[in-house]
Amino acid sequence: MEDEISKIVIRAAAVSLWYGAKRALSDVTMEIREKCVTAFIGPSGCGKSTFLRLFNRMNDLIEGVRITGSVTIDGTDIYRDSLDVVDLRRKVGMIFQKSNPFPKSVYENVAYGPRIQGIKRKSDLDAIVERCLRQSALWDEVKDGLYHSALGLSGGQQQRLCIARALAVKPEILLMDEPASALDPLSTAKIEELIYTLKTDYTIVIVTHNMQQASRVSDYTAFFYMGELVEYDKTPVMFTSPKLKRTEDYITGRFG
Amino acid sequence: MKASKKATGAGIVLLTGLCAFGIIGVVVFVMGTIIAGGHGMMTWKFLTSAPAQGMTAGGIFPAIVGTFFLVLIMSIVGVPVGTITAIYLSEYVRQDSWIAKSIRFAVNTLAGIPSIVFGLFGLGFFIQFVGRNMDRLFTPEGQLVWGQPCILWASLTMALLTLPVVIVSVEEAVRAVPKELREASLALGATKWETIIRIVLPNSITGILTGGILAVSRGAGEVAPILFTGAAYFLPHLPTKLSDQFMELGYHVYIMSTQSTNVEETAGIQYATTLVLLLLTFALNFSAIYLRYWMRKRSLQ
Amino acid sequence: MATQTDLIPRRLLQTKPRLRPLEFVAEKMLALVAFVSIFFIILILIFVFRESLPLVIGTASDDIGKVSIKRIFDAAWMPVSNHPQYGLLALIIGSLKVTLVSMCFAFPVAILAALFTSTFAPKWAKELMKPAIEILAGFPSVVIGFFALTVLASVFQNVFHLHYRLNAFTGGIALSLAVIPIIYTVAEDSINVLPKSMKEASFALGATKWETSLFVLLPAATPGVFAAFLLGLGRAFGETMIVLMATGNAALISPDIFEPVRTMSATIGAEMAEVVFGDAHYNMLFFIGVCLFVFSFSLNAVAELVVRQRLMKRFRGSV
Repeated sequence: MEDEISKIVIRAAAVSLWYGAKRALSDVTMEIREKCVTAFIGPSGCGKSTFLRLFNRMNDLIEGVRITGSVTIDGTDIYRDSLDVVDLRRKVGMIFQKSNPFPKSVYENVAYGPRIQGIKRKSDLDAIVERCLRQSALWDEVKDGLYHSALGLSGGQQQRLCIARALAVKPEILLMDEPASALDPLSTAKIEELIYTLKTDYTIVIVTHNMQQASRVSDYTAFFYMGELVEYDKTPVMFTSPKLKRTEDYITGRFG
Repeated sequence: MKASKKATGAGIVLLTGLCAFGIIGVVVFVMGTIIAGGHGMMTWKFLTSAPAQGMTAGGIFPAIVGTFFLVLIMSIVGVPVGTITAIYLSEYVRQDSWIAKSIRFAVNTLAGIPSIVFGLFGLGFFIQFVGRNMDRLFTPEGQLVWGQPCILWASLTMALLTLPVVIVSVEEAVRAVPKELREASLALGATKWETIIRIVLPNSITGILTGGILAVSRGAGEVAPILFTGAAYFLPHLPTKLSDQFMELGYHVYIMSTQSTNVEETAGIQYATTLVLLLLTFALNFSAIYLRYWMRKRSLQ
Repeated sequence: MATQTDLIPRRLLQTKPRLRPLEFVAEKMLALVAFVSIFFIILILIFVFRESLPLVIGTASDDIGKVSIKRIFDAAWMPVSNHPQYGLLALIIGSLKVTLVSMCFAFPVAILAALFTSTFAPKWAKELMKPAIEILAGFPSVVIGFFALTVLASVFQNVFHLHYRLNAFTGGIALSLAVIPIIYTVAEDSINVLPKSMKEASFALGATKWETSLFVLLPAATPGVFAAFLLGLGRAFGETMIVLMATGNAALISPDIFEPVRTMSATIGAEMAEVVFGDAHYNMLFFIGVCLFVFSFSLNAVAELVVRQRLMKRFRGSV
């Protein structure tokens, strides 16, 4: 039933990627649906993070990268020459595996994006900061210490701060590269809860090596192996009756 | 182990240890003699009054002022240029491109040129070429304002000399900014330039400061480049314009100890001036070292 | 979920890159400034050479008449006299003598000290050496020159019963004080970056500490040690203040290191202030400067090429 209602927001067609001579992705074709959580799973080095980074062109920062195929977001080919990459990155936000708050105050971390966009008035910024910190379930914990250094927060709090920071530029899509892998179980649970609430407003793609997390949190799951997309389906289907044996082997823990 | 092997081993440890501790000893000895010879004259009056009675009495205030202005102008020019070069090298060019290689080669070469050649350059380019042409364009007939040794040209010469120091220091600091911070900024939709201004630069301030301090320390200590580009032994008043000559600590020591008419009488002043110079470079170097240590510690957290 | 005003308008992906003039201008301006160093190297070459050009093209002259570049082979260096002589031999020999003395002393001492700190020294000694070397490196050369002139010269004169108080030996030893930190730092660094596995392999074969450091570590660090040597050499040859103050400044030619000398750099330093702009003496001093520049440039180029090449070969080939 979700198929019919939610439209496709990201379309990847026959995408391959090379780091120099080494091929990291082979002919991946898939679609990401709007306001759903899509999880990428697979063993280390299978290309899931690399594929994720295609969506906000963060791979551009690596020297010697070559890409074939097409990636379109909302119908626009994001690899065309005339695309404004800076703008793309505002619309497609990213949360990294290891939280990387700026060595500034909590407030300034969240306000960074809006400031870049030109918002100067303090009242506007205050509103944005509060809104985003509330959205990332961090407001109550930091509201009395907004001007303290972000580096003083715990790992889990820093990661939620990074989420708030990304939300502040009003993205439509959120890419999360193993957002909870460096966190303790309690913080992980909080992040998963957060993902669940965020999906009503944002399209979320999450890379995780934790299959239980994928099954808890996502609506769709894609299994990658050695640079190829092996299987992609609705999460309940993937985890109860996967079509391919390789998928089943990975999910049941026979390798990976 | 054979006895002879053990003996050789002990001998080598002894020899190398002697060299190492000998170096330490020499450092202590040099500092000791200068402190011993100069501390007597080191009074507040000495530091704040002008020389008198044909340099045999009085203080070295003008030399301190001259040195100060020299390094000030030098830093105003040199630190921004060095910082920008370092940022360009580490943020904008690929490390194996010919641009990066040639800039680095140029910087390394600059670092290896004898300081006296910088003095020659100051004379041949700044004074004779730029200065004379400036006079041709701006100064009334017959006068020589810019086409002669003065503090402006001496400072610019020093800025060139200390450029490699600034570049190396700033580059180290810029590279120490974790790539994750840059990624985070770019992923939020900031441009490269915005990322540099808002994230990279503020986090490299210590490196810029260190570079500046080390440059100032070199600038205050090197005498060869200013021998004929602007320093003078006795001037009746302090420098007030860029085209003035200036007195300088190191130059003062040099002239006084080699060419003054009463070397014995002024011995105390020589030692004291040397001590002032030594303490100055000491303080500067130590703050730079401490800053660098603090910066390294911070980035490891 | 919308709260107040939607402050950052949601919009479809821009299909045209927003003109970012600031980015473009910023990058170009930065590049311009960054090229300053290359620009000035070339300028230095041009302008130092330019002022010595009259000698080469034959237009240089002094009070007496024309002075050609061949005059550098004159018998002596006496530019200020009734019959001026512009022979460079004495000056070159002076530079060589002083450099020789300083390198013969500084190189072994610095290398041995580096060996000590990297292999034998207990932690407290290492902690002591570091600041000591930094302090030594931080001494302005005029301070070392002053020390040599007032203290060292007297000490040496008494100990060695020297005829001349200021001479090549005294100047050379003083010069080594400035050169030792350079050689030490580069050498120690190149020993420390050697992989630990090398040391461990040697120990595992039953070698002692000193055998390991002399026969395994030091040879493996040869490119770095060689670079240290070249850098020290370059510094020694080009140093001005120390030799100006401590070598006696007499342009003599003699094999005796206890006699005064005049180095090339000191000649420029001592005479440039007094020289008449534009005459042959002035041109000659610039010519000496060109020689110094070319010498240090070549040394630098050799050090970079050789060290880089050998380092690359060694570490890509072996490990």
